Amino acid sequence: MLNSQIRRRLAVTTALVALAFAPMAAQAQEPKKGGTVHVVVQPEPPMLMQGLNQNGPTNMVAGNIYESLLRYDEKLNPQPSLAKSWEISPDAKVYTFKLQEGVTWHDGKPFTADDVVFTLDKFLREVHPRWRPIVNTQVEAIEKVDDLTVRITLKQPFGPMIMSQEVASAPMIPKHIYDGTDYRANPANNTPIGTGPFKLKEWKKGSYIHLVKNENYWMKGKPNLDEIYWQIIPDAAARAVAYETGKVDVLTGGSVDVYDVARLSKLPNTCMTTKGWEMFAPHAWLTPNVRNGILGNKQFRQGLMYAIDREFGRDVVWGGLGKLPTGPISSKTRFYSSDVPKYTYDPAKAKELIKASGYKGETIKLLNLPYGETWSRWSEAIKQNLEDAGVKVQIENTDVPGWTQKASNWDFDLNFNFLYQLGDPATGVARSYVSSNIAKGNPFANVGGYSNPEVDKLFAEGASAPTDALRQEAYTKVQKILADELPVLWLLEMDFPTIYRCNVKNLVTTGIGVDDGFRDAWKE
Amino acid sequence: MNLLQFLSGRLVKGVLVLFAIALLNFFLIRAAPGDPAQVLAGEAGAADAQLLEQLRARFGLDQPLLTQLWIYLKGYATLDLGFSYRQQRPVLDLVLDRLPATLLLTGAAFIVSLGLGVVMGALAARRAGRWSDSLITTLSLVFYATPLFWIALMSQILFSLKLGLVPNVGFETIGANYTGLARALDIGHHLILPSITLGLFFTALYARMMRASMLEVAGADFVKTARAKGLSPAIVSRRHVARNAILPVVTLAGLQAGQLVGGAVLTETVFAWPGIGRLMFDALVQRDYSVLLGVFFISSAMVVGFNILTDLVYRLADPRIEAAS
Repeated sequence: MLNSQIRRRLAVTTALVALAFAPMAAQAQEPKKGGTVHVVVQPEPPMLMQGLNQNGPTNMVAGNIYESLLRYDEKLNPQPSLAKSWEISPDAKVYTFKLQEGVTWHDGKPFTADDVVFTLDKFLREVHPRWRPIVNTQVEAIEKVDDLTVRITLKQPFGPMIMSQEVASAPMIPKHIYDGTDYRANPANNTPIGTGPFKLKEWKKGSYIHLVKNENYWMKGKPNLDEIYWQIIPDAAARAVAYETGKVDVLTGGSVDVYDVARLSKLPNTCMTTKGWEMFAPHAWLTPNVRNGILGNKQFRQGLMYAIDREFGRDVVWGGLGKLPTGPISSKTRFYSSDVPKYTYDPAKAKELIKASGYKGETIKLLNLPYGETWSRWSEAIKQNLEDAGVKVQIENTDVPGWTQKASNWDFDLNFNFLYQLGDPATGVARSYVSSNIAKGNPFANVGGYSNPEVDKLFAEGASAPTDALRQEAYTKVQKILADELPVLWLLEMDFPTIYRCNVKNLVTTGIGVDDGFRDAWKE
Repeated sequence: MNLLQFLSGRLVKGVLVLFAIALLNFFLIRAAPGDPAQVLAGEAGAADAQLLEQLRARFGLDQPLLTQLWIYLKGYATLDLGFSYRQQRPVLDLVLDRLPATLLLTGAAFIVSLGLGVVMGALAARRAGRWSDSLITTLSLVFYATPLFWIALMSQILFSLKLGLVPNVGFETIGANYTGLARALDIGHHLILPSITLGLFFTALYARMMRASMLEVAGADFVKTARAKGLSPAIVSRRHVARNAILPVVTLAGLQAGQLVGGAVLTETVFAWPGIGRLMFDALVQRDYSVLLGVFFISSAMVVGFNILTDLVYRLADPRIEAAS
């Protein structure tokens, strides 16, 4: 008996050792040069000029054409990209970036500090909805020190600064093409010029986007691949068949139906990973509109949270993918704290709280997110949960523009949504809870209308505290308050698995996965 | 009324109809919730008031509605279908870029279904009541009743995945860089599944229509007379029955031809065929007004055009129509 236990434990240890060495062995393998990879992109991006458009599909393709100062590994540590090195002054207010030498744009012109200053100070300030608030409220000056050095001076310490240079958030734009032009009308928007490892060769609308290797890429020996074809296949089931018949090698996150993931992952020569989404860490929730009667009641919202079987949602609706969240910050990102009030599925307690809240049987309108069948099933499951707890629910269905409008204009009682965390609570989390972001016109603002001066104060502290430890302190407090007050009902830390042929190596090595992964990827 | 008078009358009416359609489309589209700026900003997962304002200005949505209407109508009067800010291209380019693929698909489906349907229907009528008739009628009923997307997916799984006979999606082999005959063959190979899938429904419709129409005409007096003259059944069937039975089929063919441009949304989506239908569907969910209006306009022009053509074919098939009008 004892003997067999030891043997079993030994076997487990051996397996663990083997696992620990496996990645090293894979990395030690010399990347092979050449080859073509076919990747699914869904839906078709509207354009590939990443400074002007940051839709998911745009980022997947254009993140391999453009580059930013920094990239981030899977633990969200900043890594050199166009910036060779960087220094932060002791008072956390001056950031100095040293640029790589010998970088050229795809049209052959040199990339210099002038491009960086133009991009951050002029171009993105005018057009980028994520960089604009940072540069307008936090930044004192962006200056060129010499051709290869740029200095950013802040008005006050701003922790997320070092996380703000991901390629979709701050792609470098060529000054010689855009300066002095009407950015959004520049004909060059159709022929993106970046510094990245791949160049746009052809875009056959409705069929594919063809990228080819940048022969003059600044990083010697990279990229390994010769060509990437991004194929546009609008139907999810047809995408799965296209993978099975060998037409495509990579199914990017979210491109096949949830119930197909497990089946496809078991195919020969097929690998699956949920990594490569750490920067985004999509967080799904229901937003109660706290302006609408009973939804403004904390007890009622807590009752709803106890009424929802979140495990069922994950295991059945989402095929077991993802993790149950405990609060506003995803456990996959920084500053997460598990020291919060927790909610389990408890219909009896739900009924009690809902009754005590003074709920009188009003019908609650649940706005479904029109992003496919999985979301509709989820709405139905939650409707049933809530009705079991005695709450009357009516599901409202619409198309994407209809949803955008209703969510933006606060026209709902409960609204499904999922938001990216963008690597830092100050940029990706605070926006959903601070009262200064209660504004119509944007579905990703604080649309529920929750307002608490204490929360506003803590988020402000978290953003400007000079050290990570002090930031953590503020964020730990705010997570505790929010988990008690439930301005939104967190449902799932979502996983978007990437399914690919195992002979495509080093595909997902960063916190944004395939979005900038083709620099290092190679094909065996 | 001579042919010229007939044609010019129909053309004037056609232009008026197109104008009314264009006007209606403009207001219908704006009645739908959301607008292209909001959709574009929404997809990016981040937006602020300034971005929405910038985008609305780009789409021309900052102008008063009547000004927008005026710009739209003025453009169409000079055959300028406008510009899609979302796609950064003139609408006409976008449409013309997609037109060949759609015409190839719907054209192939049209020919296959018309040819196959008429022959099947005629055969079934001649053998009415026998097993071959039952077979054809049953098959038509099945194709007529089965949803297109289901056939599309099942045919992909059977013919592409299980049997490996044909590619399941796309217009050609991406990355193969074929030219000339090799490319034509490759496109043909890709065309097989979508065109047959799209054609099945109309094949069934034509076959049923042809069979019913033939049986009806077969009982007419002039057919009895022809038989009494001693003509062979084959000649009676071909010269007397089929020719008279074809009119309803022509009507139906006119309808199908009108859908050559806009009628293949589902097929194009499931088979990733880069045609107009998908352009239209994408534009719809993106509220890309200018593209949507452009595709609507071209499709309605096609319908009007084919209606005129159908009337002309009537006059050829049955000279009595000309005499009566």
